[in-house]
Amino acid sequence: MDWFALSNEEWTAVHLTLRIASVAMLASLIPGIFVGILLARGKFWGKSILNGLVHLPLILPPVVTGFILLILFGRRGPIGAFLAEYLGIVLSFRWTGAALACGVMGFPLMVRSIRLSVEAVDRRLEDAAATLGASPAWVFLTVTLPLILPGIIAGMILSFAKAMGEFGATITFVSNIPGETQTLSAAIYTFTQVPGGDAAAFRLTMISVVISMAALMASEFMAYLVGRRVEFE
Amino acid sequence: MRLQFEAKQRLGTFDLDVAFVSESGVTALFGRSGSGKTSVIRIIAGLARPTEGRIVFDGDVLLDTQRGIFVPKHKRRFATVFQEGRLFPHLSVLQNLNYGRWFTPKQDRADNLAKIVDLLGIGGLLDRRPGKLSGGEKQRVAVGRALLSSPRLLLMDEPLAALDDTRKAEILPYLEALRDEMNIPIIYVSHSVAEVARLADRVIALSEGKVAMAGAATDILNATSVSVAASKREAGAVVEGRVITYDAVHRLATIGFNSSRLYVSGTEIAEGRSVRVHILAKDVMLSTMRPEHLSALNIIEGTVEAISLDAAGSADIRIECDGAPILARITQLSCERLGLKLGLPVYAIIKTVALEPY
Repeated sequence: MDWFALSNEEWTAVHLTLRIASVAMLASLIPGIFVGILLARGKFWGKSILNGLVHLPLILPPVVTGFILLILFGRRGPIGAFLAEYLGIVLSFRWTGAALACGVMGFPLMVRSIRLSVEAVDRRLEDAAATLGASPAWVFLTVTLPLILPGIIAGMILSFAKAMGEFGATITFVSNIPGETQTLSAAIYTFTQVPGGDAAAFRLTMISVVISMAALMASEFMAYLVGRRVEFE
Repeated sequence: MRLQFEAKQRLGTFDLDVAFVSESGVTALFGRSGSGKTSVIRIIAGLARPTEGRIVFDGDVLLDTQRGIFVPKHKRRFATVFQEGRLFPHLSVLQNLNYGRWFTPKQDRADNLAKIVDLLGIGGLLDRRPGKLSGGEKQRVAVGRALLSSPRLLLMDEPLAALDDTRKAEILPYLEALRDEMNIPIIYVSHSVAEVARLADRVIALSEGKVAMAGAATDILNATSVSVAASKREAGAVVEGRVITYDAVHRLATIGFNSSRLYVSGTEIAEGRSVRVHILAKDVMLSTMRPEHLSALNIIEGTVEAISLDAAGSADIRIECDGAPILARITQLSCERLGLKLGLPVYAIIKTVALEPY
């Protein structure tokens, strides 16, 4: 057997991880932009509470976050039971649950990045756009959004990277089921616990390195494209 | 066009209480920094909301705090040119110019891109990014962007204040061309007598949040009390007259105002044209006898009409020269030595090269 050939099980873990990380990143994008702008611009009661809630997964031990998700979104949890009964969505011990866990863990990173870029936008440009006849929605789409694009891209990459490496919350919430919830990190951990699993663990480690490098380079390239478009004075 | 404006606002210790009516042409809101001019223009643009106020534009009520009417800024169609240009950094110059056009209703959209680009001399910049433009170029693009949104009224908030004198001189001719060729009423905020003298038809002088004076540009700028609104360096008189002759050999124009003659040099001006000359008080010398063997060409006879002394040791002397007032700033020592008093006949001496006709 070729040393670098991946077994089916290993392929599944790679494939699954990419799918979970992409879904987690894309699903948190719109709420991330919304909360980022709300925290940067909003003035409302309970803003610091929202800020605390968003940042909680960054500070709590991942296992605790996973356990909280299990309590809330498990089949008998208040939200999980509702979703299962009315919408037929089951999250616990499914890959969708893993995506939820990864999304929650990456959310503070995404919100932080977007919030900082929103705070850096010169609001006087928005005033100028409005006096030229642009309604608030158009001002957002034609001025604010293009100016915060670098922050959004950075937030997406951070969220994706976090999802790629997520371990504690995922394993606590959806366990480590090969083919369903076993991500790269969980698979590598599993292989290191099995006698003779070192070769497989090493192969997956190499793949993680390649994927991480590719994501990093993609983000650099996108930042370059955006930077070339937006030349600040 | 007729804009009725009334607003009251309290900002900390600063009280704004301004009311005026503005008609077509260029209306200058003139005053020192902190006089409330920018607050007024922000209220007109809809960027700020006064505690009490009413704005009516050609019968269209834009703001009425009593009846709870507030038309949002993007629906007023009052394009604004700001001091810092505020071009969109992520768009090219051409996209910046076209920005306002996208939001103008089709029936109001004037198709005059080529004309405005030509008028402002920005044809060579269209593909560039705003970050690569000089300060003067940025301001011209900002003016073009505002004009292309086909505004009902153009608001200009100190558009030249952030530029140095060379850049100002570069832009002013474009603004004059714009005033003469586009039929758009303009409200022009400025603290510079020179700019106002050059561009404005009407002047509203603001001081400490109140209207100090309002009227035709020459009347207001002539009044000595304009120093209420002008900075000390710029105090002076603005006289308006017609070019009587132009001496091409010496490049000298003779301007007649009332029965007096004023020589200005440098620029070629067609005979018969109406021009304004801003005579700075610090450029005027006084003599109680007609001076001879003097290089200065402008020697104007008049009588002392008013003397005001200030704490800094200088004296502002207002001289009545056949209906046109001239302001001279001399030291209090000179004032005493010459024995100046009200009604005394004096000669005002102005160096020809110190004058710039508009």
